[in-house]
Amino acid sequence: MIRVALWLLGALLLAGIVHLATVLVLPRMASQDAYARVSAIAPVNAVVPVPSPTPEKAIMPFMDPAFEVSICRYDLSRGPLKFSVPIGQTYTSVSFYTRSDVAYYAINDRAAGRRVIELDLMTAAQRADLPENEEITAADRLIVTSPTITGLIVIRALAAEPGFVPAARGVLAAAQCRPQ
Amino acid sequence: MRLLFGMVLALVVAAAIGLSGTWLALTQGTAYGGVTIGAWTGWPKNGTPGIDPYARAIVARTGELPIGSGDGVAFYARTDDAGQPLDGRCNVLLSGVTPQARFWTLTLYDPEGRLVANSAQRQGFTSQEIIRNADGSFDINVGPRARPGNWLPTGGVEKYLLVLRLYDTPVGMATRTGREAPMPAITKRACS
Repeated sequence: MIRVALWLLGALLLAGIVHLATVLVLPRMASQDAYARVSAIAPVNAVVPVPSPTPEKAIMPFMDPAFEVSICRYDLSRGPLKFSVPIGQTYTSVSFYTRSDVAYYAINDRAAGRRVIELDLMTAAQRADLPENEEITAADRLIVTSPTITGLIVIRALAAEPGFVPAARGVLAAAQCRPQ
Repeated sequence: MRLLFGMVLALVVAAAIGLSGTWLALTQGTAYGGVTIGAWTGWPKNGTPGIDPYARAIVARTGELPIGSGDGVAFYARTDDAGQPLDGRCNVLLSGVTPQARFWTLTLYDPEGRLVANSAQRQGFTSQEIIRNADGSFDINVGPRARPGNWLPTGGVEKYLLVLRLYDTPVGMATRTGREAPMPAITKRACS
């Protein structure tokens, strides 16, 4: 009897390990995560518009239909990236995601406090390699450090009414992400 | 022989319980660290690098991108205030005010996160589109048939959920109660 109980106890402990391991490994194994879905339409280091979600078709679930969206799928293996988007009349935000879809930084038009959101994206190693001269460390240069070499920059512009869609698209069309 | 039998049995039991636990947690369960106000629950932490492992696994499975915390926060409602699941064949009244935010959007999805087709081609409202009462509050009729005022069509689907997204808002991880963040009430009316 005690023997069976011990085996069951062992099995339960093992079940806990299996459960935790699968939860932790799943994000690395997922083949249909947001990054994989975006990769199907987005070339590397270029801003591409994402089609607005419709009941029939959407590239990702739970997209907000009130927004126009563009995405830059970045790869920093050849060097840092320069990103810029002008600010229009509408709410605009820029969100950064790692290769495994973790949001690590987001900024909106008001937080940027200028007419344009302009920043440099690089890995921690590339940042450490920056020469320490004053021009580069000037406060007006915003540097974002990516925890992974690849990832996504998602630019979103609000079209609060259907009539504002062209204005929102115009903001996104001027967004740029390119190697330095 | 008994040792071998015991080991095999233990392994099978472990795999079965462990894997079904994972499956249940990712499909039925909801991640930890949520902020629940009325029928609404949000996970502000999911938009930060501090996202918990369960939420990461759920996000990887569904393929969505969580809204970044510097952008906004999303609140999900799957039931009305009485705890009844939202049914697209019933009329539901959404009324009240929203927390402080520069903008908000309200969107209706099916349980898989797809928009729902309907004759009015309306999937949601933004704070700018809504018709408000004199005191600034609003009423939205969510239901299968057209209604005067703010009508959010359900397309007659059996199950749906509502997502209220607040953009550029002080609501976040520090928010705990409905007094800081008043959410609209969800009341079930007649079913057809």
